[in-house]
Amino acid sequence: MKLSRSARITLGTLTAVVLLFIYVPLLLVVINSFNGDRSFGWPPRSFTLEWWSRAFQSEGVREAIATSLWVALISTAISLVLGTLLALALQRHDFFGKDVINLLVILPIALPGIVTGIALNNLFTTVLGVSLSLWTVIIAHATFCMVTVFNNAIARLRRTNSSFEEASSDLGAGIFTTFRLVTLPQLRSALVAGGLLAFALSFDEIIVTTFTIGAGQQTLPVWILNNLFRPNQAPVVNVVAVVLIIASVVPVWLAQRLSGDAIGTTRSRKKASPGITKASSTAR
Amino acid sequence: MARTQSSLPLLCLTTAALLALTACGTSNGSTEGQGSAPELTAQAEVGEGEGSLSVLAWPGYVEDGTNDPDVDWVSSFEEETGCMVDFKPFGTSDEAVTLMRSGQYDVVSASGDASLRLIAGGDVEPVNVDLIESYEGIYPFLKDQLWNTVDGVNYGVPHGWGANVLMYRADQVTPAPTSWRSVFEDAEQNSGKVTAYDSPIYIADAAVYLMAHNPDLGITNPYALDADQLAAAVDLLKAQREHVGEYWSDVVKEVQSFASGSSVIGTTWQVGANIAQADGADVKTVLPEEGATGWSDTWMIGAESEHKNCAYKWLDHIASPEINAQVAEYFGESPATPAACELTQDASHCETYHSGDEDYASQIWYWTTPVAECIDGRTDVECTDYSEWTKAWTEIKG
Amino acid sequence: MSVDIRPADAAPGRPSRQALSALLYRRGRLRLAGLLTAPAAWLILVYIAALSALLITALWTVDTFTGKVSTTWTLDNLIQVTTDPVYQTIALRTLRIAVLVTVVDMVLALPIAFFIAKVASPRWRGVLVVAILMPLWASYLVKAYAWRNVLAEGGLLEWLGISSPGYSEAAVVIALSYIWLPYMILPIHAGFERVPDSLLEASSDLGAKPLATLRLVILPILVPSIIAGTIFTFALTLGDYITAQIVGGTTQMLGTVVYANVGAANNLPLASAVALIPIAVIMAYLLIVRRTGALNNL
Repeated sequence: MKLSRSARITLGTLTAVVLLFIYVPLLLVVINSFNGDRSFGWPPRSFTLEWWSRAFQSEGVREAIATSLWVALISTAISLVLGTLLALALQRHDFFGKDVINLLVILPIALPGIVTGIALNNLFTTVLGVSLSLWTVIIAHATFCMVTVFNNAIARLRRTNSSFEEASSDLGAGIFTTFRLVTLPQLRSALVAGGLLAFALSFDEIIVTTFTIGAGQQTLPVWILNNLFRPNQAPVVNVVAVVLIIASVVPVWLAQRLSGDAIGTTRSRKKASPGITKASSTAR
Repeated sequence: MARTQSSLPLLCLTTAALLALTACGTSNGSTEGQGSAPELTAQAEVGEGEGSLSVLAWPGYVEDGTNDPDVDWVSSFEEETGCMVDFKPFGTSDEAVTLMRSGQYDVVSASGDASLRLIAGGDVEPVNVDLIESYEGIYPFLKDQLWNTVDGVNYGVPHGWGANVLMYRADQVTPAPTSWRSVFEDAEQNSGKVTAYDSPIYIADAAVYLMAHNPDLGITNPYALDADQLAAAVDLLKAQREHVGEYWSDVVKEVQSFASGSSVIGTTWQVGANIAQADGADVKTVLPEEGATGWSDTWMIGAESEHKNCAYKWLDHIASPEINAQVAEYFGESPATPAACELTQDASHCETYHSGDEDYASQIWYWTTPVAECIDGRTDVECTDYSEWTKAWTEIKG
Repeated sequence: MSVDIRPADAAPGRPSRQALSALLYRRGRLRLAGLLTAPAAWLILVYIAALSALLITALWTVDTFTGKVSTTWTLDNLIQVTTDPVYQTIALRTLRIAVLVTVVDMVLALPIAFFIAKVASPRWRGVLVVAILMPLWASYLVKAYAWRNVLAEGGLLEWLGISSPGYSEAAVVIALSYIWLPYMILPIHAGFERVPDSLLEASSDLGAKPLATLRLVILPILVPSIIAGTIFTFALTLGDYITAQIVGGTTQMLGTVVYANVGAANNLPLASAVALIPIAVIMAYLLIVRRTGALNNL
């Protein structure tokens, strides 16, 4: 769009200010991970590497990260299967109650986490009488992660033409072959975007997790919550946060790579960007 | 699709689910009479360990070296008994009760505001203290108390204890306070910088104050409040609310506020004051003249536990002087065993925390769950129970 | 990834697989059933069942002594929640916070999303998107705690010479706006991306000023994306209690009350009754915005 120079500058400045707003608190976390003061007094009176060395010695953190990765992986896998099936059902078919299902899949993410949390806790412990474990966490996470996969997949299906699938079956391919050779490749980058989001969502979830996790287990956010409450551990949490921010380059970069055209790097794209729709769903 | 159709399936669905659920119901509708604990019997002997133990406790009570390699009293237990420990920490007494109710845990470190609820709910069982070698060495004033014993039956082994003392910034609050008046009637002197503990149990702090300053109310135990007495405490707390800058439930959060000056006066745990002082904040603590509330934790055994032998071994382990000293020092509270005072790394630990100072201990009203049957012995009125306190607390915070 | 949803007995051998494939091809309904059964069953058996159980619990009560749920039917909880002024105050405060957070995020997100999508050079565009995405990976808890330090008395904000609102309702709005901002920027950015450049050129070729183009061409296309963003910021704020605990000072939100009642006195029935408020608000909002097609932009 043709904008005046001053309009561009104004917009650029606004962008810079918002970015500053986003990054200053994160910078503070980085600085506090070196703060010698256990209660993070500002400005720091002394600096120390103690928290960093403690964080790297802490087996608790490592186990929590491993648990979080495991939970996020399994719930992402489940969401991928369920979300894709649902997207195919809703986009390629018309049926009674379609609107309701459409609303239903959004509910777990749109309703407050505490509602989902106590509802599932009540279901597992009181109604079903199963004891809480990592599997109950995975079931809970898969329930609200499904929507990110679903949204990305259905957005892609809406834009792709089903004539390819028709052509495929006209040429004699069975429906499984058609799915494997025609539909899936079209969906691939949308599924990657949706899956990554589901992963991120699960990895950072705290409220629902608190209500569904079993004895003796902790995901990373649960570890963080427990340790923010401990005088000698709170600064270590800052270190973990810094490491996470740095490590987040990996999934963000992966998202860029794998969903290729998705993240707005090419100017003259014909299609709208599915990869970005993705991040919109990172709720919670 | 027509819009009118769309809500129909959802309706059918919900109705079906409702019907299904009503049919099954939930299994724990309770018919137990008030006041009496359910009939459960204690173990008669301790046999071989069952190989595992799941522990529910305050953060810092169960350390296996994963957080700090030097802080570890679980490994030695695992080696000695073969009981592998699973640990779940909880943040508040209320959370502990909810978690314990799931029946997944073998032992729990319950503060007095949780223990009675657990006993009454049949979630924990009597403990045969004769089977626990370390029990004998525990301070007598911690044994057979309201929060760990019902009708003469022991339900657990006392652990550490401490008082909810008054902390203030010595450089900003002058003269030094000696009474809780400074956070109640005189709170406006530090308006916006007063802090209070964020839990319904804090109502008892107001009751302790009223007990001393408003004898007409007739409060004799801050955990036995009839409707009028509760209303008086609520009024006092509502007036305090105007001047409260922050309610705290996390001691680090509180320390931070004192260090920055966002809070200058309010209730704290001794450990909070220690951290603040270690970080150079000019804070002091005092046990005000009215006395104070406090906590005394009890290790209890889950009624549904399938690892009772391991549970008894844990109770014995954690109450032994050597371990008790380590826990008390790491957590920042007074140990339950005098012998532990000889074994702390900081020789003055017990002095700092007033361990064994019976005079000090006698001024503490340990957290006890308020129940409908007045625990001060009154029979002519019904007292307000914890769920009423919870509602009142919501109302106080507004 | 495999999406074979055939019944187990059809598994062995190709012929049966082909037969199934043919059957599914001919019978659209069957194909639909195959696709829909697993996810719909999951959502209904796990989520709807859980929600229904919770709603029923709101009609039960708690044995005041043992604190266990007793299955006596009563409307007391609902009556208390709807008539007690304290719950109204808290509900209104929570709504106010949620609306403010949503508005703040919208105001911040629109220019930055527009800049990234339509003004920045392609190279910058990638960098900026990454810059928006990165904070999503820093833990929610850590971010809330960082704001606690920023807003503290003598904290970063005051150190920079800006007066801090202290720990208050305003602090909750600031911290939550911060935490949820990326969830607003990303759908709006995606919305801007969907506006074809050719359309903008046509508009300006036909003599429209940038502002007119913005109002007449871009905004109508953008509305569903903006609403999608608001669903997140609004819904997430409505259910929050952790941030309120960390920077809210004395601020109580609906989530605080629900959380307090679930743990405290184990009063799940009252908690469920309180939880009905955000459920009702969100459902109403979703039903209203469904017409705009926003739900397809989530």
